[in-house]
Amino acid sequence: MSMIESHLLSWVIFLPLIGVGLLLLLPRRNDRMARNIAFVILVLDFLLSLKLVIGFEPTAALQFVERKTWVATYGIDYHVAIDGISLWLVMLTTFLGPLIVLSTWSAVTERVREFMIFFLVLQTAMMGTFCAQDLVLFYIFWESVLLPMALMIGIWGGARRIYASVKFVLYTMVGSVLMLGAIFYLYHQTGGFSLAGVRAVNLSPLQQAWLFGAFTVAFAVKVPLFPVHTWLPDAHVEAPTAGSVVLAGVMLKMGTYGLIRFSIPLFPLAAAKYAPWLAVLAVIGIVYGALVAMVQRDVKKLVAYSSVSHLGFVVLGLFAMTSESVVGAMYVMLAHGLATGALFLLVGVIYERRHTRAIKDFGGLAHVMPLFTVAFMIATLASVGLPGMSGFIGEFLVLLGSFKSSSLPAARIFAAVGATGVILGAVYMLWMVQRVFFGRCDNPDNQGLRDLNLREICVLVPLMILMFVMGVFPKPWISTMQPSVDALLERHVERVEAHVAPDLRTVWLSREEEQR
Amino acid sequence: MHESTEILRWIVALPLIGAALNGFLNRRLPEAVVSAIGIGSVAVSFGLALKAFFLLRALPAEGRILHDFVYQWIPVGDLQVDVGFTLDPLSGAMLLLVTGVGLLIHIYSSGYMHSDGGFGRYFAYLNLFVFSMLILITADNLLLLFVGWEGVGLCSYLLIGFWFHEIANSAAGKKAFIVNRIGDFGFLIGIFVIVRALMGHVDEGANILAFSTMAEHADLLAPVATLAGLLLFVGATGKSAQIPLFVWLPDAMAGPTPVSALIHAATMVTAGVYMMARMSFLYDLTPVALSVVAVVGALTALFAATIGLAQTDIKKVLAYSTVSQLGYMFLACGVGAYGVGIFHVLTHAFFKALLFLGAGSVIHGMHHEQDMRQMGGLRKYMPLTFMTMMAATLAIAGIFPFAGFFSKDEILYKAWLQSPALWLVGFLAAGLTAFYMARLMAMTFFGECRAPDETKRHLHESPWSMVGPLVVLGILSLVGGWMGWPEFLGGSNAIHHWFAPVFEHGAAHGVAATEVVHLVEGGAAEGGHSVALEWTLAFLSLGWAALGLFGGFFVYLKRPDLPGRAQQWVSGIPHRLIENKYFVDEIYDAVIVWPIHRLSETFLWRVVDAGIIDGLMVNGVGRFVGLVGQLLRLVQNGLLRWYAYSFATGVLVIVIYVARHYTG
Repeated sequence: MSMIESHLLSWVIFLPLIGVGLLLLLPRRNDRMARNIAFVILVLDFLLSLKLVIGFEPTAALQFVERKTWVATYGIDYHVAIDGISLWLVMLTTFLGPLIVLSTWSAVTERVREFMIFFLVLQTAMMGTFCAQDLVLFYIFWESVLLPMALMIGIWGGARRIYASVKFVLYTMVGSVLMLGAIFYLYHQTGGFSLAGVRAVNLSPLQQAWLFGAFTVAFAVKVPLFPVHTWLPDAHVEAPTAGSVVLAGVMLKMGTYGLIRFSIPLFPLAAAKYAPWLAVLAVIGIVYGALVAMVQRDVKKLVAYSSVSHLGFVVLGLFAMTSESVVGAMYVMLAHGLATGALFLLVGVIYERRHTRAIKDFGGLAHVMPLFTVAFMIATLASVGLPGMSGFIGEFLVLLGSFKSSSLPAARIFAAVGATGVILGAVYMLWMVQRVFFGRCDNPDNQGLRDLNLREICVLVPLMILMFVMGVFPKPWISTMQPSVDALLERHVERVEAHVAPDLRTVWLSREEEQR
Repeated sequence: MHESTEILRWIVALPLIGAALNGFLNRRLPEAVVSAIGIGSVAVSFGLALKAFFLLRALPAEGRILHDFVYQWIPVGDLQVDVGFTLDPLSGAMLLLVTGVGLLIHIYSSGYMHSDGGFGRYFAYLNLFVFSMLILITADNLLLLFVGWEGVGLCSYLLIGFWFHEIANSAAGKKAFIVNRIGDFGFLIGIFVIVRALMGHVDEGANILAFSTMAEHADLLAPVATLAGLLLFVGATGKSAQIPLFVWLPDAMAGPTPVSALIHAATMVTAGVYMMARMSFLYDLTPVALSVVAVVGALTALFAATIGLAQTDIKKVLAYSTVSQLGYMFLACGVGAYGVGIFHVLTHAFFKALLFLGAGSVIHGMHHEQDMRQMGGLRKYMPLTFMTMMAATLAIAGIFPFAGFFSKDEILYKAWLQSPALWLVGFLAAGLTAFYMARLMAMTFFGECRAPDETKRHLHESPWSMVGPLVVLGILSLVGGWMGWPEFLGGSNAIHHWFAPVFEHGAAHGVAATEVVHLVEGGAAEGGHSVALEWTLAFLSLGWAALGLFGGFFVYLKRPDLPGRAQQWVSGIPHRLIENKYFVDEIYDAVIVWPIHRLSETFLWRVVDAGIIDGLMVNGVGRFVGLVGQLLRLVQNGLLRWYAYSFATGVLVIVIYVARHYTG
């Protein structure tokens, strides 16, 4: 066990790859075995990752650090570690993993082994992305996510799966290429790839602007930020349920994680300068995503657009750069993973039974599927940010933090416009719920629908419980994130202020005074 | 000094436990067990509430606070929000109201909802509502109050759409939720304004949204008081159905009638008034916001009363009546008489819950008929329902010595001191109130029974589980106002003294606050003891109410031709206007809902998303890449000599570059 203890983080990250090895050894056509192996591996991975939470000290320090020289010539290290920001994203990944596999039991019936292999690779790659402390390592993990996801959409997807898959790959690649260029440029400047090294070097404002741009475009596509969001609805609609859940639940957060781990701390001057612009895009995304979600006819597409809206809150929170707003943004990431993950799982449940997701094909489902209705209702309420549930804490903190932000001009307007998203969220979700679940159950195709079975209940209940726990007792999450967030913001302020000419600084200070 | 006690958390939590039990097990439990759990949890909660209330009363007046800190809820940065409950004279009165009236309505429901397929679900929701409402009134900070605030909104949504097989019912529920959310948008921003004003100026680690902290630092709030007060009031117009956000409440009558009594009459809709009273330290700083509140309240009182004149659905009449009465409560708060506003919350809870439950008894007896044109003469069949509802009618009309007289009279008196114009609006509405209530009683209980024979044969008085609560509320509709028996009539106005410690905080706030308090109570100081004025106004109200009642009964019993002729007045335009509620719903639809929907559908989705971003940019890039590919294909022509040339050129370029790089 000491081997595991001393390399805990690596075990957590790479355990799914061991599962891949087992699956490769498996004879073909043993679907049941393939599922079981994947499920057991991911459950073990989740249990193992609990040790990270238990052993985590609530400080800003990097923990569970593992660092080995990898390619000495170019100064590339195998360097993984977590802080309060990474910790919960890793946990989100390991938590959703087994539930997603369990949800595929009856949905994925072809090429099961391949599906599981792709999924396990995806898990490792996503966790690696959240833990890498070396730019090359990060980039490798980041890119490793792309292929399995594209294949999951392209092979197990719906009718327009090829279009969606290609669109997904192209969109992401454009961003990634820019980021790769920026990484090489940074190597040229610093002679290494370590994050700490890049943070230590002084880049001119112009350099920062370009590098910030390159990284941020890559992340913005992933988030996705308006106006580079149009791959998401297509990808979601065509992806199999498991793909949608992992996409919305975890993958989108790679983008927002990138912003807080790279864009902001590595290029503070550029981040400070362009924060208002990103906040503008974020707020547009909140309102725009909600409005477009409102008029969708396909439940899944509606949920997909709602993600654009929710992730807008995250980006707004990050670039408002207050303690409350950034912690809030982190919280929205987790809450969105739970609520939207659950919504996609639920949409998958009904799609498996009816092979349609058009709102007009339903109506009155509450009569035939009461448990399903309750679960959907709970996920809906979490999604619209009902106080007492997970969604509220994050959105409240983001809006509050943005409202009092001094890094955004007219911060109060940003917050106020963003807050309309809270109204619109209720509009599009409750209207959809009304049309799908209430009224008479007239369509004969719906009258014989089975309610949730035991397996489906087992998938959903852990998510539901956590939605309540995170809404009622948010302290454990907040108190572990807070030190890392505060340290990040302090460093940010220091470096920005060190650069601002004294006269400018007085202008700033007086402006701040005015705002008071 | 704060007396710590854990009894408060149990008062709040018990209904939640009931809700959880009934929610998880409802399909497996017989009705008797469900109602035992549902009623029992609220009954125990009520018992504990009584105990807590007497604990509170035993304390000296200036230290009447019980506080129960439960845990740290959101500790982020400088923000510190706890889960904790406070009992003071204000929340103490509300606590007894919510658990007491809640208990009566739970008992009534066990009869009313008998053999409904969703019996267990109903009680789970109803308990959940009581839980949320208790959070709202006992919360020790504004954000926790907001949790209860949204929680009651959720329960309201669930219960309005309780019979979801009718899509109209769930549409009404959704409308209620969304209109409330529009109000909550204002509420949230109001919270932000307060946090922004306090944060960094209050000791670190202090729970800055706690009412006690905010009141203590009211001087810091003075610069933002108008903004924050108005924003919070936006939330109140949603929850308490005031102009312009009242549109959801009439639709909310789609829910089961006991729900209308509990949520949409006695408790939830008064949350806005409670919030204002709770935040009185803030509103005292801002005469502007107070004036807005007073004007909105007075106008709503009159406006809704006129609509009530022309409704034929018995519940719709009561719904508009509720909107109108809530207007009175805001009028009271708006003239700085928060205690009087809460007094009217209490008396209104008695008589309006009774009116709704009585209407429910009628609807029950009539087999779900709600149209008053199908009723008539019911007093023969349902004597107890009739008598209790008559008591409530006298109460709401403001007839001495019924409960409504005391609270409404005091509101009008306070309004007069502030501005006779406000008094006049409230006074007019009072006459209309008496008139439409007489109309309701006449059409329902007097004259010939217009129901079809089939219904008539089954007409019966309701079971005791329903009539019992009616009787209790009937008694309260009579005596419930006596706690505010005014001094000019030889009473002691006990409720005024009870609330006094909560609302008399002006002195501690510094200059701005005291000025306002003088402004508000200045009139009272000069004219306050003008007994002659009080007598005059009281007689005027009483006479006016009696006239309204008499008019209503006279017109609808003796001269049934008059309403028809009134409807034809000015080509029927006024009648059509009020019958259709001034077309407010239609206007909102045309001006707000429809444009947003069209914009989203045709412009944002079709044009921006599919047309510009995808069509022009993404697929444009795709086509461009495709085009480049086509061009590059020309290069790959399979001619060996062409490849050799290209290869050589490439090598040459690299060699030249490397050479220059290293030599230069």
